[in-house]
Amino acid sequence: MAGDHIRPAQRVTFSREALRPWLRRLAFYVALLALWEILARAEIWPPYLFPSPLTVLSTLAVGVRKGVFITAALVSIKRLVIGYGISLVLGLTLGLLIGRIKALDETLGSLVLGLQALPSICWLPLALLWFGLNERAIIFVVVLGALFSITLGVEAGVKNTPPLYLKAARNLGARGPALYTQVVLPAALPAILSGLKQGWSFAWRSLMAGELLSATLSLGNLLQYGRDLNDAAQVMAVMVMIIIVGVSIDQAIFAPFERRVRERWGLR
Amino acid sequence: MIERTVGEARPPSAEVVNHPEVIPGGIPLRIAGVSKIFASRDRAVVALAPLDLDVRAGELVCLLGPSGCGKSTLLSIIAGLESANSGAVWADGREVRGPGIDRVLLFQEAALFPWLDVQHNVEFGLRQAGMPAVGRAQTARRFIDLVHLSGFEHSYVHQLSGGMRQRVALARALAINPAVLLMDEPFGALDALTRDRLQIELESIWAATRKTILFVTHNVREAVALGDRVLVFSPRPGRVVGEFHITLPRPRRLEDHALVDLSAAILAVLHQHGGINGR
Repeated sequence: MAGDHIRPAQRVTFSREALRPWLRRLAFYVALLALWEILARAEIWPPYLFPSPLTVLSTLAVGVRKGVFITAALVSIKRLVIGYGISLVLGLTLGLLIGRIKALDETLGSLVLGLQALPSICWLPLALLWFGLNERAIIFVVVLGALFSITLGVEAGVKNTPPLYLKAARNLGARGPALYTQVVLPAALPAILSGLKQGWSFAWRSLMAGELLSATLSLGNLLQYGRDLNDAAQVMAVMVMIIIVGVSIDQAIFAPFERRVRERWGLR
Repeated sequence: MIERTVGEARPPSAEVVNHPEVIPGGIPLRIAGVSKIFASRDRAVVALAPLDLDVRAGELVCLLGPSGCGKSTLLSIIAGLESANSGAVWADGREVRGPGIDRVLLFQEAALFPWLDVQHNVEFGLRQAGMPAVGRAQTARRFIDLVHLSGFEHSYVHQLSGGMRQRVALARALAINPAVLLMDEPFGALDALTRDRLQIELESIWAATRKTILFVTHNVREAVALGDRVLVFSPRPGRVVGEFHITLPRPRRLEDHALVDLSAAILAVLHQHGGINGR
């Protein structure tokens, strides 16, 4: 009976605790938008250069309703999936090989480390020369954007696999491919995950950079189009769209994956 | 306290007897002239001086000595995880050339896989052997039950205490039905109470399965409580400097006078050769 009195009270304090950061966040964004609106209304800069948040929002709404933004986003996501997918396969293979074979580490490993220092957008001119301004050039840049981060993440994870796990696994009869798929890779998962996350964010950046030059409908191309029209509201609306897509991918794919790994490993 | 623990430790052995397929019995081991030298940058360290040892099938031999006397190296060599610089190991008459599931090594750190829950850790060896999923799950549950961890099947490693981890490691090793258990200070990192309990459980599992066990420890009392035979090692390079056949009746009681006296005698041999204090 006593519990009946205590429990609701506890639940209220708990939810209030949980709500507080969200309330702060909400207040922050409301204040930010208000400041923006005030600055826009003051017309210090012409509206076509510094639109009000409401204008940006309505441009976003129109873009989404007419389907242009959605189509553009789908085109970008498709390129990202293809490019990142290729990086994933190549990066996992390369990382495993470099992590396990000393001769490859000394040769290919140093090359990967060097190429990682090169911002992936620097590949774009070369890609344009090789492939022309087309789909393949953009995907090429995306692949190279993610590849080295993923490779280095996998390599680090594989190199740091505690020898004890390998000993125990071999002792229990694990051999050949099973040793890799059931021990080396899972043991490396936390490091691989951080490589995958970094790789994805580099891929996303490279994609946007590549699309700025592209002529086909896509998010990056819409940005450039907005600039050509002298329409800052469209540029900002597309920027919001890019943030939404980026955050969604992060939350839908990487956040649950990360939570799972942390839970299993007992990392807080 | 210990009386009570002994009482609790009985049921598992009875249970093993009820599953006759669990019992393969141990196999004999012959170690002939096995030595190990570790080459570091500027010098060679002799970890293990050439050693000869015969272990009977089903015998429980304790290797006692200070840290760094090559006992662990010897177990790794017998397990086939390390190669010797000289000599050879024969398990049941066959020369050891690599790891095999007839000989399973248990580590001080338990070496469980953190990405697998208890159930799947125990299933690991069975999966490597190609056992179908249903049989795997059943066998794993039986051994989890044997080490008193029913209810923890879906726990992850970080959720278990040190003693529970060692129990899982033991279940994981027993599940693949090895003839030889090579135990490298498996209870070394545990508190005294948990350690006593696990010793008693190990003794009863051994009594029921008659597996050959090589048990490395630097705890004299543990060696005397468990072993049919205790081999005392000197510090680096490791050599056998004393051999004791323990004929005390089982199950042994840690506070038994005979056990305490024997421990004192063995401790004296250790001290005489610079063990324990040596490092």
